[in-house]
Amino acid sequence: MKFRARILVSLKEGVLDTQGKAVLVSLKNLGFDVVEEVRIGKSIEIVLSAGSAEEAEKKVESMCEALLVNPLIETGRVSLEAIG
Amino acid sequence: MNASVVVFPGSNCDRDVLYALGKIAGIPAVPVWHKDPVLPEDTDLVVLPGGFSYGDYLRCGAMAARSPIIQGVREHARRGGLVLGICNGFQVLTEAGLLPGALLANSNLEFICSPCLLRVERSDTPFTNAYPEGTLVQFPIAHHEGLYFLPERELQKLEDNRQVVFRYAAADGSAGAQHSPNGSLNGIAGIVNSSGNVLGLMPHPERASEKLLGGTDGLGMWYSIKSWLEGGAR
Amino acid sequence: MDYRKAGLRPHEYETIRRELGRDPNETELRIFGVMWSEHCSYKSSRPLLKLFPKEGPSVLKGVGENAGVVDAGGGWGLAFKVESHNHPSAVEPYQGAATGVGGIIRDILAMGARPIASLDGLFFGRPDSAKTRFLSNGIVKGVGGYGNCVGVPTVGGKTLYDERYEDNPLLNAFCIGLVASDSIVSSQTAEPGNLVVLLGSKTGRDGIGGAAFASVELGEDTKASRPQVQIGDPFVEKLLIEACLEALEKGLVTSMQDMGAAGITSSASEIAAKSGVGMILDLDLVPLREENMAAWEIALSESQERMLLIVRPENLDAVLSLGQKWDLDCAVIGKTVEGNRFILRKEGEVFADLPASLIGGGCPEIHWPAERPKDLDQRQSFEFEPSGFPGDLSQPLLRLLASPSLKEKSWITRQYDSMVQVNTVQGPGAPLSLIRIKENGNLVAITMEALPWACSLDPYRGGYETMARSLRPLWVAGARHLGMTNCLNFPSPENPEQFWEFSEAVRGLADCCKDLSCPVVSGNVSLYNESAGRAILPTPLVCSVGILPVSGFPLLPGKWKEGDFLFLAGIENASIPGSHFQAVLQGRLVGRPLPPSPEMETGFMERALQTASRQIADSAVPLLGGGLGIALGKEAIASGVGAQIDLQIPTHPLALFFAEGGARALYAVPEARVPEFIRTWTGFPFRMIGRVGGDCLCLPQSEPIPLQILSNAWKGA
Repeated sequence: MKFRARILVSLKEGVLDTQGKAVLVSLKNLGFDVVEEVRIGKSIEIVLSAGSAEEAEKKVESMCEALLVNPLIETGRVSLEAIG
Repeated sequence: MNASVVVFPGSNCDRDVLYALGKIAGIPAVPVWHKDPVLPEDTDLVVLPGGFSYGDYLRCGAMAARSPIIQGVREHARRGGLVLGICNGFQVLTEAGLLPGALLANSNLEFICSPCLLRVERSDTPFTNAYPEGTLVQFPIAHHEGLYFLPERELQKLEDNRQVVFRYAAADGSAGAQHSPNGSLNGIAGIVNSSGNVLGLMPHPERASEKLLGGTDGLGMWYSIKSWLEGGAR
Repeated sequence: MDYRKAGLRPHEYETIRRELGRDPNETELRIFGVMWSEHCSYKSSRPLLKLFPKEGPSVLKGVGENAGVVDAGGGWGLAFKVESHNHPSAVEPYQGAATGVGGIIRDILAMGARPIASLDGLFFGRPDSAKTRFLSNGIVKGVGGYGNCVGVPTVGGKTLYDERYEDNPLLNAFCIGLVASDSIVSSQTAEPGNLVVLLGSKTGRDGIGGAAFASVELGEDTKASRPQVQIGDPFVEKLLIEACLEALEKGLVTSMQDMGAAGITSSASEIAAKSGVGMILDLDLVPLREENMAAWEIALSESQERMLLIVRPENLDAVLSLGQKWDLDCAVIGKTVEGNRFILRKEGEVFADLPASLIGGGCPEIHWPAERPKDLDQRQSFEFEPSGFPGDLSQPLLRLLASPSLKEKSWITRQYDSMVQVNTVQGPGAPLSLIRIKENGNLVAITMEALPWACSLDPYRGGYETMARSLRPLWVAGARHLGMTNCLNFPSPENPEQFWEFSEAVRGLADCCKDLSCPVVSGNVSLYNESAGRAILPTPLVCSVGILPVSGFPLLPGKWKEGDFLFLAGIENASIPGSHFQAVLQGRLVGRPLPPSPEMETGFMERALQTASRQIADSAVPLLGGGLGIALGKEAIASGVGAQIDLQIPTHPLALFFAEGGARALYAVPEARVPEFIRTWTGFPFRMIGRVGGDCLCLPQSEPIPLQILSNAWKGA
């Protein structure tokens, strides 16, 4: 079976998000005073084959541990959908 | 004594370090390809040089830290061998867990290439014994992700353990966060591991090793290493 | 398909039919459409480029290859070239700049040279417009983002602001590399029976939308997201550099070309034509990253970071291993054969069968008519009008120091790694850049210069002065010139007045090169830089390269010492027309720049070289933008010490301090060496103008300017 996993990697609470801060300032300068906080992360999409959704999810979590997420400064949230 | 300089895909400063070690410091040095799982047998010093390994993609140093050679570097460090990570090399060492912390994007979100004043915080390491403690040295920096980060508690532990070896400084001798060109916490520019044989720093000593190019403060690092290795202390 | 949709003119189509003896098919038509575009064929400029002197004792490889090579001494050569990437940078500034840098680096690599330094010329519109801020930020980040990652130091450049570039910014990227003289790669050395190998990134549809013809032809299988903008990958480029240099070191390659405009077709047909061989390419074998690519798309794709290698069959395995080692796609895509045909096949079907030499070299030249601009006489009539400026020189000096084109550019240059490769002796922010060559103990000196204001008033004189001004910093530092490369940035040649400016500027450049024996070893032309009725200023850009031994102690600026005597070497009354004073402070351009004076140039050169080699002066700077006043200001700031200037001469003070042009320099000479300086410069105009000392810059009849004020103005603090 084929799956598409999306991993949302974001900076942990307490880690300086200088990009987020800069974007916050820019948004406010554009008139969006309602904005209180901006945090910037990244989205990683992986297409993989696995026997089941559970297997796919386990595999993706190991990938996060092995390479995709640095646990000192990041957290990753995995979502999965079956495709084709 | 012998040095091995690891070359990752995208390393740029390997040739510079080979030149500084071999031609200027007189420490024979060879390049080692990242896919080799072991270091050359008689390696005393391993250097992870600066550059953009794997294009800095995903996270700086992340993919390089998972290279086969890192296994060899870990063994070497475990045995008390010397490991020096410069700039991208420092990033690789933190990703590999050989040094604590992480290097985040500079606070001004720009690449900065600039001369830089550092204060030598410790003279009792294999890398800094040629500098009197508190000396000010100038090594250039050239990086986009040089902001040293560690969560508060671990940061305090790092300081208590005296693991900070180089701190960003000013001409009047003061050093600290206020002098960080990149926002590094506590103005940290370079650290050692708890056993003191693995050093990582963002500035480039190999770029401060010739008068012709603007300064020779970096020579002290090579002399320190030589003197340590000659002293036989391992 | 209609030949006009392919971007061809009627006489070009007739030429093709005549040479082929038949009608070209659609694929062949598209090939000619791209290869015979202005950008690829230089059809409008070839007649003019013939004016450039190309030979010289220092030339190892001249015009005709990817880049020219000059003799650096000790068995080493320097390959260098400058190239524009103007239109892409106006559309997508980051990627336009990045791919511009990537492209010129590959041109140098294609000579077998390791790239050792880059410079970039930037021309932006009004400094205060949001558009300029957007473009300049993107372009600077693109240059840095690519150059830093690829490990080539960016060591200098030129930045100029003028509203004529508002919609058409310019990016000229220069690169220089080092190659052993006996290892220079040539495009003439392929033999029949070689294999054609593609190394580097996969091929996609990059750049095809920007080709010479309309997009109607992008057929039934068009994908909505066809990339119009080329995306650069500096990481792959770095791998490509190392892989190619390793292949060359191991002797695995008989010829090599980089793939730029018109991709595979351009590089492959060029090798075939220059080597006198035929070539058969099987486009199915090209590693692709998009589906359902037509033959012409594969043939003309401008996907970045690809090199074409010509390899003897016995070396193929070694080349494929190198590809594997460096994780680069590496595939045999064809072979060379006897004859002169260039044949493209896909799935067994022949899509193009053309004489190789017709593709790259067969486009007929176009001789556009030239007409002297009708308003030129009016624009050239000049009366110096100093009203509006008080006698105090400090105000105009501070305003010029703070002007965007002259002020400190560290906001740009600190985003560039200028030190990687540990060879940078003089980096950005100086009149010249100096790179040490470890292999032979020499220093390479590089300058970049362009004078669009002067060229707009008198393109011949402006062109001549541009060339001369690019050489003077070399001489002042003590370097002898070896050669130059140039990028000719102009608007449409189809406008007779604009074509006249283009021809006159080239004539001026060429005459100066001949007068001063400086061969042109490479270059690039970028035409049609205009939009919505607004054309750029005529902007010929020159990069000159010189050499001096490391032991020659280059004579550099920024080293004034208390008590030094200050000398102006050169004439006192230069040109206000075309100067920063006139363009920026007076807000207009009228008059004519100085006429050329080859005897003055050579007289200056000999004395400057002597002054440098005998180390007679502590500090020296050629007079460039802003003239004597700016030179004094910048020297004081860099040296951290002021000066007292005492001059009593008839020339109007504003003209004396702010006029530009001519062979002139500012020297700071220690007292003990003054007699020697005077002896050296006797026979050439020179004058002692003051003395270094104190903490203010004191100009005649003016408020003394404290160093801190000078520095704040220049740094924009």
